[in-house]
Amino acid sequence: MNQSNVSIKALNLTKVYSRGSEKISAVDDVSLRINQGDFISIIGPSGSGKTTLINLLGCLDNPTSGELHLGGRAIFSHAKPLSERELTKIRREIYGYIFQNFYLIPTLTVLENVMLPLTFYQKPGTENEAVKLLKLLGMEHRKDHLPGQISGGEMQRVAIARAMVNMPEILLADEPTGNLDTKRSGEIVRVLQELNRNSGLTIIMVTHNPELARCADRMFEMRDGKICEIAYEPRDSYCEDVSKDRPLRGTNEDRPIKTSTLTQK
Amino acid sequence: MITKFQVAYKNLMRKRIRSLLTLVGIALSAWVLVSLLGFNQGYETALNKDIDNMGFELMVMAKGCPYEAATLMLKGGTGLKYINESIMDDIAKEPEVDKAFPMLMSAVFDPNKGESGGIAGYFGVDAKSFAEMKPSLKFRQGKWFTRTDTYEAVLGYEAAELEQREVGDMILMPEKNVEFKVVGILERTGTQDDGTIFVPLKTLQKIFDRPNELTTIGIKLKKDANSARFEEKLYKLPDVQVVSLAQVKDTIMKLISTAKVMVLSIASIAILIAMVGVINTILMSVHERFQEIGILKTIGAMPWDIFKLIWIETLILCAIGGLLGIGLALILSKVTGILIRYVMPYAPSGGLVLIDLRLIFVTMAAILGIGLVSGLYPAWKAGRIRPLEAIRSEVAR
Repeated sequence: MNQSNVSIKALNLTKVYSRGSEKISAVDDVSLRINQGDFISIIGPSGSGKTTLINLLGCLDNPTSGELHLGGRAIFSHAKPLSERELTKIRREIYGYIFQNFYLIPTLTVLENVMLPLTFYQKPGTENEAVKLLKLLGMEHRKDHLPGQISGGEMQRVAIARAMVNMPEILLADEPTGNLDTKRSGEIVRVLQELNRNSGLTIIMVTHNPELARCADRMFEMRDGKICEIAYEPRDSYCEDVSKDRPLRGTNEDRPIKTSTLTQK
Repeated sequence: MITKFQVAYKNLMRKRIRSLLTLVGIALSAWVLVSLLGFNQGYETALNKDIDNMGFELMVMAKGCPYEAATLMLKGGTGLKYINESIMDDIAKEPEVDKAFPMLMSAVFDPNKGESGGIAGYFGVDAKSFAEMKPSLKFRQGKWFTRTDTYEAVLGYEAAELEQREVGDMILMPEKNVEFKVVGILERTGTQDDGTIFVPLKTLQKIFDRPNELTTIGIKLKKDANSARFEEKLYKLPDVQVVSLAQVKDTIMKLISTAKVMVLSIASIAILIAMVGVINTILMSVHERFQEIGILKTIGAMPWDIFKLIWIETLILCAIGGLLGIGLALILSKVTGILIRYVMPYAPSGGLVLIDLRLIFVTMAAILGIGLVSGLYPAWKAGRIRPLEAIRSEVAR
């Protein structure tokens, strides 16, 4: 993986939405620093602003005010908001994304889904990355299957492979286990931990599950748009409890689960 | 590596029936377009061929309606007017004239023709001058009659087939009850001559009691002759009119131009409907994939990438539809020709729908052009989808 010294520094990030005449601060004056190679989790109840924050940190949206620096480079500062084009350029070079609903393209095979980002942008040296990743994630035997033919846990593994195919420096995971049962959730978190430990990949994971969040190295909690870091003893217990005896690769015991993705249409 | 083309193609396969129906719409409009353009050039080519095969440039006939004269010459008919044979000698003396040949057209009612009988046309010609005028006529069997007053006949290819006659057989002229001996059968020419029965001029004049009378004199001018000045000269002759074949062609083209405009309008409407169909299909597809497109942008697709992806989908539909339509037009060109022949006031012999490589390229370019234009709006709309909105739309669900 890319070992460049990218870290995230957010200074007084604020995002205000208008609902009629009412102003809602979804993210309110948030400052935080994430070092390269950190695995952090953000927890909080629904509506606390954690998804808005991850969208800002992941350059999916412009903040109302505040600054964001990636590896010393100012992305959002006091200047005007970045265009969609500029945001896309940053995203495809630095970030990988995984979502609760996987968002795999149902007409493309597992391998094609993983290779999809390369259709739009390809970093040098990523030619064989798709197959390597599928192998690493234990999905090589499913590479010619369509998403509808594999289980939810496997779909999320494919989504992780897709996010990793262009060798990002930061992986953003928004409720990556929200559609999975406990066992599958444990497996996915374990995959993320391994990627973080073995590749030095920076991971920011949003979850509403405090037990899962404790598998990260650092944990932040959001409430009403404000953020605070929670001191705790990082542990693998949740993951170990549910997946210590399971191999990294997916098993045939996985059952396809229903998701609400549009791609399922 | 998966290409944008593969992604677009696989997406179209997601809703097979919808894509197929759109494809059929495009194919049908391409079919109409190719057939129409093919007809435009086929009709004119066939008409030119018909006129060239006549072997002469000017016709002299009795004064009357020029349209009537034109169709009479090309199609045969009744209600004929006559000119005196002596005019023929006057014309032959003119220095501009290379060759001239006299002709008497007669028609009889044949009760055995078709279901309820029909008109059978007889051309009284002078074998020598007629053969000189039309060197392209070849014999399948036999040869021309040698004299102008015998009871002999030469049959066009189709006339021989229809009457089932061989050289040496007798053929009866209905109504007049006169028998002719078949002395020759012509090869197929693809012109009006195929359905004609040629008999000696003097014999026909005698049978119809038209001594020294003709319906038409065909004139071939010398190469350097001034056609317009010669026509002026002919008008000085009493009670005749001169019809140049160029004029005949113009007249016929004018007659069918109205029909052409009608068909062109219908084709334009068909294309417009197909275009709306394409826009609708692609817009629906973009709407359904709102989230998916948003995610594609999240994973690195630029607005232009999405624009291209949607545009490719439109182009695939139009390219396959266009090819199907052209194939259909090629296969069914004969049927289209028959249909046109049925509705047109006059149709020359031979293939009426001429589809060549140039026409195929032009149509394909037109269909692809239409596809590109149809895809503009849906592609632009898809390119503008913001990833955040796509993700939020899931939250709102």
